[in-house]
Amino acid sequence: MKELINEKGLRIDGRRVDELRPLKIEVGVLKNADGSSYIEMGKNKIVVAVYGPKEVHPKHQALPDRSVLRCRYHMAPFSVDVRKPPQPSRREIEISKVIREALEPALILEEYPRTAIDVYLEVLQADGGSRCAGITASAVALADAGISMRDMVVACAAGKVSGQVVIDLNDVEDKEGEADMPIAIMPNLNQVTLLQLDGILTSEEFERAFEMAVNACRTIYEVQRKALMDKYFGKAGEE
Amino acid sequence: MMSVVKKSIVVEQLRRAQMIELLSKEKRLDNRGLMDFRPITIETGVIERANGSARVQVGNTQVIAGVKIELGEPFPDAPDKGLLVVNAEVLPLASAYAEPGPPDEDAIELARVVDRGIRESHMIDLSKLALIPGRKVCAVFVDVNVLNTDGNLLDASSYATVASIATSKMPKFYVDENGQIRQSDEIIPLPINGIPISITMARIGDTLIVDPTSEEEAVMDARITLVVDENGNLCAGQKGQPGTLNFDQVKLATKIAKAKAKEIREIIKEGIMRNVKG
Repeated sequence: MKELINEKGLRIDGRRVDELRPLKIEVGVLKNADGSSYIEMGKNKIVVAVYGPKEVHPKHQALPDRSVLRCRYHMAPFSVDVRKPPQPSRREIEISKVIREALEPALILEEYPRTAIDVYLEVLQADGGSRCAGITASAVALADAGISMRDMVVACAAGKVSGQVVIDLNDVEDKEGEADMPIAIMPNLNQVTLLQLDGILTSEEFERAFEMAVNACRTIYEVQRKALMDKYFGKAGEE
Repeated sequence: MMSVVKKSIVVEQLRRAQMIELLSKEKRLDNRGLMDFRPITIETGVIERANGSARVQVGNTQVIAGVKIELGEPFPDAPDKGLLVVNAEVLPLASAYAEPGPPDEDAIELARVVDRGIRESHMIDLSKLALIPGRKVCAVFVDVNVLNTDGNLLDASSYATVASIATSKMPKFYVDENGQIRQSDEIIPLPINGIPISITMARIGDTLIVDPTSEEEAVMDARITLVVDENGNLCAGQKGQPGTLNFDQVKLATKIAKAKAKEIREIIKEGIMRNVKG
């Protein structure tokens, strides 16, 4: 196995085990959408648009007591090393499902009966952890669209690389590391809305990874908040 | 899976109220305890034309898995490894509410979570399935057909997949002096390293239960599946459904999964051994 952490305890991109990649979130980047956001997390570049609440097409999908949330996670063909054919892969279909299930608990869909809310995630460049970055950005876009929410949703992965528990795995660590565990939480309600695990973890490693991922989510949540505050209340300090 | 359960808001709310009332007394509609699985039966070698096969019943849920082993080309990012491909279909005969057509997102999730458990536990030593690295490898195709749905398709499909792989037999392939792949008369098993056990739990209200039925799945808030490898470590997981788990419930789920996996592993192993002996 390739060494992914050096003798100084630094990772291949120079980070410590509990250090996040550079993170940037922008709000309202697309004019046509009701809400939108753009996130860069390491080399991940993802743009998210929210359309809705709007009329449901096809009509039979409509629910009498609530809105229907629909999510589409899609990777641009040029987002990865080997061109990805544009039609949705099985992986993208599964990720779309788990993203929808991660966001839905935070939305008060009962306020918009017989409508649909569409969330479109376009991964322009992927760098490991794109579903987490996508969830973090989607929650911001939903807030930007003015959808009633119980809490934000914020996601980050933890995992195991060269025998050590780390957070926010990059592409190489994701592919060559021992385990990857993306989680999403509602940071104020302390609820887990997404949890996946790929790879072997002992109970102790699981608990440590879970705790580190939750702490990372709380850090990312502050960036989400600031991005929204900057848009709606002006840059901090300018008021 | 939810797609094969007919939903009615009124019935759902009534059932849910009844179910939560029962669960608060640690009882379930079918008189099981919260941590009890339904009876599990495993028959292997049920399809002679397949390299391996298993029919698994968990209560009224019934699935059949078949393994076909063929020669194929490796993935470019893993040139020295064999292939594992898991596919799942909920057949229209499985429920009044299942429809024919390509796998929907529930069936895709089902196949991918089963695949994850097998792959991440390293159940099959894929490095032993490479024949000419980068060009020719053995490809293990597992197709899971759901015949009857009554909840917990994830665990039933996982057990059927595990049992069918563990009892698979294939001709021994080798590369001759001219670099051609040949098939010998010798019949060998797949290179197996121990088996993963999937444990699916549902949260209804504040209660976690294992092995939910269709009725329970129709009212559950959230689902969590954890897969435990031969050494008792977690190797795969998936939360499902648009509901949440709190931090304590996640920890509790890992403890339940480990304890139940020990018990279920004996049942699966017994099912596999019966075939190997017979």
